[in-house]
Amino acid sequence: MANNTNSANKPVDFKKKHSKEEMKQQVITFALMIMFTLVAFGLVLAEVTSFFVIPILIILAIVQVLFQLYYFMHMKNKGHSMVSVMMFGGISIGILTIITFTTIIWW
Amino acid sequence: MSHDDVLNPKEMPHEPEKATHEGQNKFLGFWFFLGGETVLFASLFGTYLALNESNAQDPTRSEMFGLELVFIMTMLLLTSSLTSVYAMYHMKNNDFKKMQTWLAITVFLGLGFLGFEIYEFTHYIHEYEFTFQSSAMGSAFYTLVGFHGGHVLFGLLWITSLMLRNAKRGLNLYNAPKFYVASLYWHFIDVVWVFIFTVVYLMGKVG
Repeated sequence: MANNTNSANKPVDFKKKHSKEEMKQQVITFALMIMFTLVAFGLVLAEVTSFFVIPILIILAIVQVLFQLYYFMHMKNKGHSMVSVMMFGGISIGILTIITFTTIIWW
Repeated sequence: MSHDDVLNPKEMPHEPEKATHEGQNKFLGFWFFLGGETVLFASLFGTYLALNESNAQDPTRSEMFGLELVFIMTMLLLTSSLTSVYAMYHMKNNDFKKMQTWLAITVFLGLGFLGFEIYEFTHYIHEYEFTFQSSAMGSAFYTLVGFHGGHVLFGLLWITSLMLRNAKRGLNLYNAPKFYVASLYWHFIDVVWVFIFTVVYLMGKVG
């Protein structure tokens, strides 16, 4: 606490710079997400065979969601280890659920 | 120092959403909720994937779905995700007015999304008589996509009421976690939509 008040404006400037840097990364993330979306729609419109397209579409979606989670929702920052435990816990149960529903229950 | 002084410090901390103990609890509790939401949506996705060919007398997915509308909806929601990032950026810089402006843009884009979704549903019902009851695929489709739409509606009401409630109060350590958590919810809605447009519409079109 004492350190913060003594060293004048420096920490504030540093923090502002830090969040500016982060904002820049987020804008780049956004541009990449738009690009992935365009590629996904483009592949479907180009009518590439479904054997190739479906895995690519799923990979594009996963990458886009990871961008969203790590950059937009800040999971890449410090203090998010418990958050990761909960999200990846949810995701793994979710994947199991989807596999079960599509292979066993209504087949 | 009274309680009010604690919540309205002279100099805002860098991460106002996590500066108080209550804020930290909200942050963690909300992520716990999002983990649960992931499971909820996964079960709806699983149901849809299992039943998407059980269309009975309804037209097939690739006959029905149009990509133009879905593309516009995707762009609206993706952009609204970025605008809420801007809102949080201004929150960290303690600029309440700019934060409110960006949140208002987010709400506006979300409303556009919701409008298109309602149009899409009424189009399916009137044009193809594809309803919740017409086939197993119909039930799965409307449950999954409708549940997401419900989340959008809830998010809009949530952000709007936060904006109105705190309009005169300004930003402090009491409401900063509330804004932050609402923006996390809004991002999560976009996360779900990415999978909906991929799994339901794009993969439905490919067949």
